[in-house]
Amino acid sequence: MKTFDVIQIVLFFGALIVLTPILGKYMAKVFSGDFSDQLSKSYWNPIRYFRLFEKIIYKICGIKPNELMNWKSYTISLLVFNFIGFLFLFFLQLIQKWLPANPQHLGNVEVALSFNTAASFVTNTNWQSYAGETTLSYLVQMLGLTVQNFLSAATGITVILALIRGLKNKTTNDLGNFWADLTRSIIYVLIPLSIILAVMLVSQGVVQTFDNYTTVNTLEGAKQTIAVGPAASQIAIKMLGTNGGGFFNANSAHPFENPTPFTNFLEMFALLIIPMALTYTFGKMIGSVKQGWTIFIAMFILCIVGFAIMLYSEYSNNPVLQHAGIMEGKETRFGIMNSVLFANITTDVSCGAVNCMHSSLTPMSGMIATINMMLGEIVFGGVGAGMYGMLIFVILTVFIAGLMVGRTPEYLGKKIEAKEVKMAIVAVLAPNFVILAFTAIAVMIPAGLSSILNTGPHGFTEILYAFTSAAANNGSAFAGLNANTNFYNIMLGIGMIIGRFAIIIPVMAIAGSLSAKKIVPQSSGTFKTDSGLFIGLLIAVILIVGALTHFPALSLGSIIEHFLMLSGKTF
Amino acid sequence: MKNNNQHKSSLFDKHILLNALIDSIRKLNPKTQLKNPVMFVVFIGAIFTSFLFVKDIFEGHFSGFNFQITLWLWFTVLFANFAEAIAEGRGKAQAESLRKLKTNTFARLFENGKETQILSSQLKLHDIVICEANDMIPADGEVIEGIATVDESAITGESAPVIRESGGDRSAVTGGTKVLSDKIIIRITSEQGNTFLDRMIALVEGAKRKKTPNEIALTILLSGLTIIFLLAVVTLYPFALYAKNASGDNINLSIPILISLLVCLIPTTIGGLLSAIGISGMDRLISHNVIAKSGRAVEAAGDIDVLLLDKTGTITLGNRMATDFFPSEGNTENHLAETSQLASLSDDTPEGRSIVVLAKEKFNIRGRDLSHFQINHIPFTAQTRMSGIDISVDQKLVNSIRKGAADSIKHYVISLGNTFPADLENLVTQISMEGSTPLVVAENGKAIGVIKLKDIVKGGIKERFDQLRKIGIKTIMITGDNPLTAGAIAAEAGVDDFIAEAKPEDKLRKIREEQSLGKLVAMIGDGTNDAPALAQADVGVAMNTGTQAAREAGNMVDLDSNPTKLIEIVEIGKQLLMTRGALTTFSIANDIAKYFAIIPAIFAGLYTFGAVSGPLSKLNIMYLHSPESAVLSSIIFNALIIIALIPLALKGVKFKPLSASAILARNLVIYGVGGVIAPFVGIKLIDIIINFLHLV
Repeated sequence: MKTFDVIQIVLFFGALIVLTPILGKYMAKVFSGDFSDQLSKSYWNPIRYFRLFEKIIYKICGIKPNELMNWKSYTISLLVFNFIGFLFLFFLQLIQKWLPANPQHLGNVEVALSFNTAASFVTNTNWQSYAGETTLSYLVQMLGLTVQNFLSAATGITVILALIRGLKNKTTNDLGNFWADLTRSIIYVLIPLSIILAVMLVSQGVVQTFDNYTTVNTLEGAKQTIAVGPAASQIAIKMLGTNGGGFFNANSAHPFENPTPFTNFLEMFALLIIPMALTYTFGKMIGSVKQGWTIFIAMFILCIVGFAIMLYSEYSNNPVLQHAGIMEGKETRFGIMNSVLFANITTDVSCGAVNCMHSSLTPMSGMIATINMMLGEIVFGGVGAGMYGMLIFVILTVFIAGLMVGRTPEYLGKKIEAKEVKMAIVAVLAPNFVILAFTAIAVMIPAGLSSILNTGPHGFTEILYAFTSAAANNGSAFAGLNANTNFYNIMLGIGMIIGRFAIIIPVMAIAGSLSAKKIVPQSSGTFKTDSGLFIGLLIAVILIVGALTHFPALSLGSIIEHFLMLSGKTF
Repeated sequence: MKNNNQHKSSLFDKHILLNALIDSIRKLNPKTQLKNPVMFVVFIGAIFTSFLFVKDIFEGHFSGFNFQITLWLWFTVLFANFAEAIAEGRGKAQAESLRKLKTNTFARLFENGKETQILSSQLKLHDIVICEANDMIPADGEVIEGIATVDESAITGESAPVIRESGGDRSAVTGGTKVLSDKIIIRITSEQGNTFLDRMIALVEGAKRKKTPNEIALTILLSGLTIIFLLAVVTLYPFALYAKNASGDNINLSIPILISLLVCLIPTTIGGLLSAIGISGMDRLISHNVIAKSGRAVEAAGDIDVLLLDKTGTITLGNRMATDFFPSEGNTENHLAETSQLASLSDDTPEGRSIVVLAKEKFNIRGRDLSHFQINHIPFTAQTRMSGIDISVDQKLVNSIRKGAADSIKHYVISLGNTFPADLENLVTQISMEGSTPLVVAENGKAIGVIKLKDIVKGGIKERFDQLRKIGIKTIMITGDNPLTAGAIAAEAGVDDFIAEAKPEDKLRKIREEQSLGKLVAMIGDGTNDAPALAQADVGVAMNTGTQAAREAGNMVDLDSNPTKLIEIVEIGKQLLMTRGALTTFSIANDIAKYFAIIPAIFAGLYTFGAVSGPLSKLNIMYLHSPESAVLSSIIFNALIIIALIPLALKGVKFKPLSASAILARNLVIYGVGGVIAPFVGIKLIDIIINFLHLV
């Protein structure tokens, strides 16, 4: 690693840490509906216009933002809204041939692929079995995918908001208004940030056009079609909303999607900022910023340790090639450090955008990427989703270790009882079920095995990675696996839906149950959840419950491949 | 605690051990097993491997390895059964001794003015019975007439007899106890089969034991982990088949090995010990002579935030004691002491006795020969609110002494035409301010000084409250004293808060107030007017000497009727929860080592490319001898650790009055870090022994 790399790492995380409380505070204000800020009266303050926009939307849609919902109606609203979004996207693809904004005259999308893509974008996974430039029209990309990029990210935020209110409420059932939460997250957070990012990306050469693809004559004299399109606007929200579905098939490795080291920096930054800031928002909203930082630190440690292992592995001497720092599958304009960092955070944050081919990572760093997702996307995780996923682990930690202080477990004054534990277990079990059971099915039947490119443990990892990515709603691919088959499209689609809603529903149930409880005041006998000890405990529970379950599977994939690589064998 | 306590039995009594062994076989009943999801999985696994083993024999193979696996799986189930049985056994032994009291005795039924003898089992609710010296009280009841001394040692273990009398707070009698003297008439207050004794037997036996809320939640967590690991192991089979096909190596993927892996990973340690921990929590209370009516109450005890304590008897010794003599101007302290002693010679209240003792200690004044005087004792009456002595020689009054509350003596002095000295007035006010009681002494109609009576705070109580504060528990003192007195004692005893001039309903109000803040409140009480508060409190401890109403209202009964017991009850509750948490942590932390033992054992033969062992043999960081011995060592460790931890489950994790963070750090090091390391050491040792004995 060069000194420049080190400086960049420090600068990168430093900037994020500085921005976390700023954005976090802003979001806490917005989501609490607190606009008392004197500034909002000034004509120069954008919040004034956001509010106007918000009010117009309420008027059009007939939303009454002060009508509070209990957990059931909040959840039903969320599910119905997402289901409608799913149907819309599904049918839009099936009939794109007859719709406008399709300059390449792309045909209708197959049913299985449409299902997969619709499930993928509604669940914030953004797994792409298709290649964007050769499959989807501009209309589908913009009206279907980009819209869902916003909505699925906003959905994640609504769930964490409901959970925060559940923790903060005292014996009430009101978790807020789903429609208001959804509208606010889009208007105040996602759209403004996306506009800023899109403009910055365009300035660096990311394309944004409705023109046809252009055909050029290359120096060799061959004809090459260069795909273009309204990319920048989609890429901005792809990163900010931890979506990850690229406009082009090569995703952020594509020169029109991520042209310069600066855009790479920006995209990585955009990918982490909202999930990071939400930890602060959480702390602010529950009334203890320290609790928010505690979770931030636990996440940060997991992130940095994973990154360090990946870097170590990538920079170690490769016995097969007798060379350290292999560039296979990486872009020369980013280099190793930036590729590894991107790979680590994109799997930490359930984004799934990639700027290098994960299949070409060393077995160890490929394993870290897999583990990042296996943990359940809680290392910052998806927008909103990472935070509520982490809180599930907090509940488990509090329950297991909290007893050791001689009190029945409680978190932020709320007793953790049978109902919460049951729901937390469902939320942990669901994605693990998808990863293990679906991979098991795939390795047993020809339809599953025929899609793999490599043999041996690497082939196994391709399948394991795919289902892990689906279950964790990450959406990154290990490459090598041909996922555009009926078997994979349907299985992965189901996996993504389970991985999303089989967590959201139990989390909402927990929010409802906690909301109805009293808040037990703190005393010196209370289990502290904002201490260094707690951070260590939380990490231990995450690793033992979240990662150790997959140790047998990983040992037959990445671990065995690592040892084989050390003895000079590759697949 | 008393040493003559019959409820106490040694941890491993021979009789209990034997019964527990039999019971652990009896508990193999699938219905019983199903109650514990974690152990049920082991049970099914054991049945499955047994079946495979028998099938193999019929097909002509005998696998010593599979036989041993099967055996140890059964041992795992049996060890867990044994843990539960031994915990129950201790309760059963106690129940047995209680049941002996229930032998059918005769009751002297008193009906329509006639006395008839019937079997005590035929008694109905509201029947009236007569009990005289040496009669066994036939059932629970209330004394409606008379007073008697009763031997309650059979239930409380306390050999000193207690007084039971009609009216007041000492009217409840318990079936199975024995009248020692006098005669009482009792109204039966409980139906047969539902007497205090019956319920106590059921409780200690654990017959009606229901899982407590936290236990249910923990069972859900453990079941969830079991399902996750079940998923991991079941899917491992196709994963391994893929690897086997891909590498072309032939590995032994036997079902018994996979079942062993599963059993090692699921939290069997805590699963096997969970009910033993719960039972022994109740049991520890019993050994402190407290009967909890439900396990839920024991759990709640651990969560208590506020303790409501009566001043008298809990914080202070029951009585006030004289500590100082303050003479008024013109009198000496010596004279005051002497006069006070004279006045108190016939006063046998504790206060009176303390005055005699103080005078003797301070001025070496002893009782004098008064035989040549005519002595007339003036007893205390509610009207005069004074007591004293009139001494006459030859029918002539020579000395008349009175002592009493300041205002009554003042009234008495003035009525005799004398004045009440101003300096005395100041002294009285000053003593009151200090939280003590002033007792004014008058000699021949003149006030000569004040005796200071002080509430004596129990020794060591302040330290106890300090400890409670450390573990986050607030103490509130309840007293009928005026705020001044109450405040002074509260400060001396170191309680956090006090309620002065408290009426019984104030207790209820205070409990509700604290509960509305989300706090859990414990209190102890004995009177009928305590009953509502006892019922409202999260932990309400009724004293056994208390009324039937109080005993019904509380969710615990303290057989010793010792108000300080509340503190121990809280500690036992905390200990119970800590033990659960510690063993859960230990159990989960164990998994790391087991992975490192079994995964390389199963998969070392993959991707060998012709070599002796494949790459995953590098994960065998313990250098276990062979795959078979690795699997066997793990499963043996897994079974033995249950047995090894039974004493801990029964005794509970050591409780120290520290802050939550300090307790957590301590338990984490022992059970968390220890839980990671112990199996590495244990499995390695077992592996060495197995190979030494050539078991595989």
